[in-house]
Amino acid sequence: MKVILRNPRREIEVAGGRRVKDVLRALDIVPETVLVIRGDDLITADQVVRDDDVIELRPVMSGGGA
Amino acid sequence: MKCRKCGEAAVLELRRHNAAFCAPDFLEFFRNQVREAIRKYRMFTRDEPVLVAVSGGKDSLALWDVLIDEDYRTTGLYLDLGIYDYSVESKAKCETFAAAHGVPLIVVSVADAVGAPVPIIQSVTRRPPCSGCGLSKRYLMNRVALERGMPVVATGHNLDDEAATLFGSVLHWQMDALPRQSPALPSTHAKLVRRVKPLYRLSERETAAYAFLRRIDYILEECPFAKGATSITHKEILGRLEDVSPGAKHNFLFGFLEKARPAFERAGAVTLNECARCGQVTSGTVCAFCKLADQVKRRA
Repeated sequence: MKVILRNPRREIEVAGGRRVKDVLRALDIVPETVLVIRGDDLITADQVVRDDDVIELRPVMSGGGA
Repeated sequence: MKCRKCGEAAVLELRRHNAAFCAPDFLEFFRNQVREAIRKYRMFTRDEPVLVAVSGGKDSLALWDVLIDEDYRTTGLYLDLGIYDYSVESKAKCETFAAAHGVPLIVVSVADAVGAPVPIIQSVTRRPPCSGCGLSKRYLMNRVALERGMPVVATGHNLDDEAATLFGSVLHWQMDALPRQSPALPSTHAKLVRRVKPLYRLSERETAAYAFLRRIDYILEECPFAKGATSITHKEILGRLEDVSPGAKHNFLFGFLEKARPAFERAGAVTLNECARCGQVTSGTVCAFCKLADQVKRRA
């Protein structure tokens, strides 16, 4: 399956057939730091993603400030 | 995972609330949190004009979206920081949003006001980039609101922003900053408008989800100067804590606001004067903004 990452935007291929939380763990991404987007929807960490899925992991942190 | 309210498939889990929601129920949860913030701190009424500081990012546009939906009298304020393509794109997001919703947007250039854009301010002063930028933004938000007769400025600061700021202040025991950290700062001088943060009850993941589900077109890129900012390091540390202990950030911030802040407030009273140069409010003789502008003029 294809995973879209941001800042900078890039795409990687990972194995599907497992839950979102397992994909995040394999990529060493803390679940609270991203939205998981599939198509026009958000999906929760317990959902299973398939090999032909495309998901975007969109960071939620906005930075800077004093 | 099922929605806590209706039992339909959930789109978002909120571990700190031990809950998950479908899209419509999450949006209602979000609006309720904003309503509660406005009510609890009496931030503003529907009769008052509210200046909403917008950056083109998810938080400030989500805030503006909720306030428009709730029939508040809002005007957007975009401060053009002059940060290359980032500013060009973020300004376009704000203009598109304002046009689509039929709401007024004021655009003010930091370069016109200070004498140089943020990248030059950063290079001619020894301040970290976020410091001169933040100072200029707070000054200009207040000045624009005063000039336009608006009694209150609303910003998109969320729970993560507030928890990270508090963490930084506590690490250094900044006795001047701690009493000022609040979701609502009253006007303590005729030339200071109120400042409020109606999103302080919502995490940045929740504001991102709201913006996504409402199809708000916000800027995804980060400010190029934010990389390496101390506030981001503090957010990452708190994020790791939150991961193993959901609710940690909420308890840290809300515990401070409810239990500790009143004590710091009593200890931190300051006298306010008008700046000898520009007439805005300062605790000294010449305000920090005028000093910054002088420094920029000398060296830019």
